[in-house]
Amino acid sequence: MIEFRNVTKQFPDGTVAVDGFSLVIPSRQFTVFVGSSGCGKTTILRMINRMVEPTSGQVLIDDHDVATGDAVRLRRSIGYVMQQSGLLPHRRVIDNVATVPYLTGVSKKKGRQEAFGLLRTVGLDESLAYRYPAQLSGGQQQRVGVARALAVDPNILLMDEPFGAVDPLVRAELQTELLRLQRDLDKTVVFVTHDIDEAFLLGQHVVIFQKGGIIAQQGSPAEILANPASDFVASFIGADRGKRRLRVSDIAADNGELLLVDGNGHPAGVIETDDPRLGAGTGPKSRSVSNKTDQAGDA
Amino acid sequence: MNWVWTNFDMIWGLTLSQIWLSVIPIVVGFLLSIPLGYAASRSKAARSILLSAGGILYTIPSLALFVSIPVVIGTSLLDPTNVVIALTIYSVAIMVRSSADAFASVPEPVQDSATAVGFSGWQRFFAVELPLAGPVLLAGIRVVSVSTVSLVSVGSVIGVSSLGFLFTDGFQRNFFTEVWTGIIGTVIIAAVFDLLLVLIGRLAMPWNRRVSDRKLRRVASRSAVPVS
Ligand SMILES: Nc1ncnc2c1ncn2[C@@H]1O[C@H](COP(=O)(O)OP(=O)(O)OP(=O)(O)O)[C@@H](O)[C@H]1O
Ligand SMILES: [Mg+2]
Repeated sequence: MIEFRNVTKQFPDGTVAVDGFSLVIPSRQFTVFVGSSGCGKTTILRMINRMVEPTSGQVLIDDHDVATGDAVRLRRSIGYVMQQSGLLPHRRVIDNVATVPYLTGVSKKKGRQEAFGLLRTVGLDESLAYRYPAQLSGGQQQRVGVARALAVDPNILLMDEPFGAVDPLVRAELQTELLRLQRDLDKTVVFVTHDIDEAFLLGQHVVIFQKGGIIAQQGSPAEILANPASDFVASFIGADRGKRRLRVSDIAADNGELLLVDGNGHPAGVIETDDPRLGAGTGPKSRSVSNKTDQAGDA
Repeated sequence: MNWVWTNFDMIWGLTLSQIWLSVIPIVVGFLLSIPLGYAASRSKAARSILLSAGGILYTIPSLALFVSIPVVIGTSLLDPTNVVIALTIYSVAIMVRSSADAFASVPEPVQDSATAVGFSGWQRFFAVELPLAGPVLLAGIRVVSVSTVSLVSVGSVIGVSSLGFLFTDGFQRNFFTEVWTGIIGTVIIAAVFDLLLVLIGRLAMPWNRRVSDRKLRRVASRSAVPVS
């Protein structure tokens, strides 16, 4: 469990990024911080591993105040992945993965041995091990970043927009694999994004931020979607623009699947179903899902 | 050409003294510029103070510096130490700017992530910042190396022997073979130094082979200040 108790951060230039912030992040769950640029997500995340020290208040990990121990040792026990992978350009991929073990005195041989295992875990081919980071694609670099963060088998994984700079296809792939990893490895993940879709896809616990590190709403994606706490949240998750209200469109997709559109009429996907009430046959014309169901009932 | 062979021992002796008179300022200047440049890259105030100081020192004419150093530190006028100290001052003066640029060129995300994964301050400096500053440091030291080798010759005007002696002596005697020998010798030393530096850079920074020379030359020319 990670707990923020009444934390305030004022930067030397006077900017108050976070003011009286309190939050409990559950253990062994996937928590996502989401909010628009500059609302304090990175600042809050970095207070967990003391890259940013709070001006006042406390940050506790399992009821232990992080400020009391050694910052370097704390950081080595927490995985950290950021947007621009932050790999060391002058070290080969395999040695990047073994960065933290080397720092703690593990031999090069043993460090590399374990790093090979981690490359497999994150789905990277061993043939890439002796390349330099600049010789990898953006998506591959992010995988190496994740492998590096896992190298000390940390209980906590902090990820600051790790997939922000990769293309949508690769991002989707990385998201799926991260979910699998989190389930398999059973870690506490704190993930920062400004993409609400990504937040709802990944997060078991989603925290929506407003400017100044204020929590607009937190809960499971279902809770938030069903009950936006404010107009701000409704607007942020797109509920007000009808983005989240889907209906079946007038246009029939192939093989009888139904095309869904959102409140603005933008295509959102198709329904695949064997349910005869929803499935095609007659070819839907200008009916919403509920219409279709009614009709099936009439028949 | 005959003159060269008959006087080879003397020329070789002058070459050796030219080499050690330049190596010391290059190495010492490089080492001193590292902490100074690092400080300059960390604070705006330090940067402007150090870079202005470097600029001012570099504008002192070399001859004036050669003759004023004995007055300040009490060495004899002909002591080669004067030339070594003067050239070290120039070398730091040029190199501090390159060194400041070099440390500023280390990408911030890399620095941040090094901190995030648990490098301590010293570990981060030696294992991350210094090696990544390497390419720009190399570009700077190449400029310093050439400029130092050519400035050593000026020392012969005040009687500190180096290949520069061949210019002064050759001109006095109107004997141009000697002058040319001095010029070519100096150019060869500068070229060999440069080659060695590039080789050292290759060996020490295998990850950097793909960086184009063009980028480095741009940085180097920014660091160079005309010699007075
Ligand atoms: N080192 C700093 N010095 C001064 N102000 C800062 C510093 N770091 C962040 N801030 C300010 O604190 C506020 C929060 O910044 P933060 O980086 O935490 O936002 P963020 O939510 O992570 O934004 P983004 O989505 O763009 O990454 C911003 O107003 C920012 O300008
Ligand atoms: Mg951020």
